[in-house]
Amino acid sequence: MISSSLPRGPGVGFKPEHFAAIAAAPQPVGFFEVHAENYMGAGGPPHAQLGRLRADYALSIHGVGLSIGSMQPLDREHLSRLRALCERYQPESFSEHLAWSSHDSVFLNDLLPLPYTPATLHHVAGHIDLVQETLGRQMLLENPATYLTFAQSTLEETDFLAELVRRTGCGLLLDINNVFVAATNHHLDARAYLARFPLTAVREIHLSGHSETVDDQGAPLLIDSHDTPVKDPVWALYEEVIARTGPIATLIEWDNDVPEWPVLRAEAEAAGALLAHAARHEQAA
Amino acid sequence: MRNSPPSAPLVTQVAFAAAVTDPDRAVPAGLAAWNGGVPERRFAVYRNNVTVSLMEALGARYPAVRAIVGADFFAAMARLYVAAHPPRSPLMMVYGEDFADFLAGFEPAESLPYLPDIARLEAARSRAYHAADAAPLDPAGLAGLSPEAIAALRLAPHPAFALIRSVHPVVTIWAMNEGEREPGPIEPWEGEDALVTRPHLDVAVHRLPPGAGAFIAALAEGAPLRDAAGHGLAAAPEFDLSAALALVLASGAFTGAIDD
Amino acid sequence: MKNSVATLALAGSLATAIATLAAPSAFAAADKEKCFGVALKGQNDCAAGPGTTCAGTSKVDYQQNAWKLVPTGTCEKMKTPSGMGSLKAGPAPT
Repeated sequence: MISSSLPRGPGVGFKPEHFAAIAAAPQPVGFFEVHAENYMGAGGPPHAQLGRLRADYALSIHGVGLSIGSMQPLDREHLSRLRALCERYQPESFSEHLAWSSHDSVFLNDLLPLPYTPATLHHVAGHIDLVQETLGRQMLLENPATYLTFAQSTLEETDFLAELVRRTGCGLLLDINNVFVAATNHHLDARAYLARFPLTAVREIHLSGHSETVDDQGAPLLIDSHDTPVKDPVWALYEEVIARTGPIATLIEWDNDVPEWPVLRAEAEAAGALLAHAARHEQAA
Repeated sequence: MRNSPPSAPLVTQVAFAAAVTDPDRAVPAGLAAWNGGVPERRFAVYRNNVTVSLMEALGARYPAVRAIVGADFFAAMARLYVAAHPPRSPLMMVYGEDFADFLAGFEPAESLPYLPDIARLEAARSRAYHAADAAPLDPAGLAGLSPEAIAALRLAPHPAFALIRSVHPVVTIWAMNEGEREPGPIEPWEGEDALVTRPHLDVAVHRLPPGAGAFIAALAEGAPLRDAAGHGLAAAPEFDLSAALALVLASGAFTGAIDD
Repeated sequence: MKNSVATLALAGSLATAIATLAAPSAFAAADKEKCFGVALKGQNDCAAGPGTTCAGTSKVDYQQNAWKLVPTGTCEKMKTPSGMGSLKAGPAPT
């Protein structure tokens, strides 16, 4: 089984509108990440661009449509498409979300939450096994941004993830913005969450922005909107994490109101500076 | 391990999916928030994510339709479409294939009878964008054919090929809403046929001269050149075969001859 | 067939078409660097269409009633003097 092996530097989520700027000069990033589903057409510019990027950079393929958290069987056709894509581009990493997005063949186009129970754990572990067998590679599973909880849950999210790692051998994609968003939304301490998080399984980190609103009772409700720079509390948590783990491949995600390329590059450089600091610290220790 | 109350209601994905796509349904019992109460606004985040993201996907595929009707009308129309035609695939690039048919039956937009054809053109463009790569027909390969072979010549359409034939000035309207021309009165209001191709990486839309739509339609159905030319002449007496052939060859609409 | 085209005329038309293509600047290939499938804002969007997202949205679905709205985009500017430009309306009087 191929292990996830992204370079331990900064990366950026690729947007087609940045292609010309990226291709014009070497960029200070170690890898690019793309959403698998945008590269499942037969041909045309998407594949031409991805082939060109792949020649110069490490690649992370990030799925957003497999619905691993579904209580129904995985979509075998979609799994086959993922396998073909991974065989074609040989990415350093493949990742997906602890969430569901399809039900009875309807695709809901959002990462929906699931309760954490022994039954759902068993189900999700089976799906991860099938994905890893089909792709012949380790996958990374991302912690979700959530807006509500399930009364039926009996497991902490961190324990749920740790047990999935133990059962399946999958790695984790730690989205620190999601940690901050969910901790705020559920009135929990993000640092306590990270203290319980199985950090040794983390092979990639996501950083992004969020927006702020309030719930029915006026309490803060953060939305994982990926439409702003990474916010200060998220940077602070990130520094604390990589001080403990050493450098980890770190992606800047910006999906809505996407700015010009230099803005994203600057965010990646900011992450790169913190990663370099963590690396020096690691060597000194 | 946390202890959930033994009476905690189970929220199934069936119930979640039904409520997340229907704002008139109650938030499923068993969804919770730390501060208690029914988490209406929290559940609404998921409702928005699902519906708004699909409305925006539709707008991204049909920017000219959106420009023609305006953002508010488009949003109101798109949310009805999303509710009635949710995606069946996680590939957003194929979402909204039948939007043109929906528009044709959408009464609030019936004052714009050309709207479905604009949507057909936009759908064809996005299909062309993602179509398989293929080298277009090389005209040099036709140079040595005998007159009889030319008359019997049949051509295979390129994977990106599409022909949109309309009784409305579909290419002119589309161009006015694609930033290529300033929107303004269209006179005379005449039907136009659009040829969509992507010989390499750029999707192109060609407005066809009289008769060329019938000619190319026949070619695409596998008719020999002789018969296709007859269709062109039948459709328009001023049909210019040389010009139509030049466009067919230059646009990359076909990949090569079909061998019998 | 009434509108038949003579075999020799077909061959002649094809020869003319190929000659047209060979002439410099006829159907000059679009600037390939322009787009690699990408374009600047405000230009041809190269038909990219929708992409996926793994983000939420802060936009709200206001649930406006389509039956109470009328189209108010560029359709207003594209009206012909006869009003709605449908074929049924006939050519616009000038």
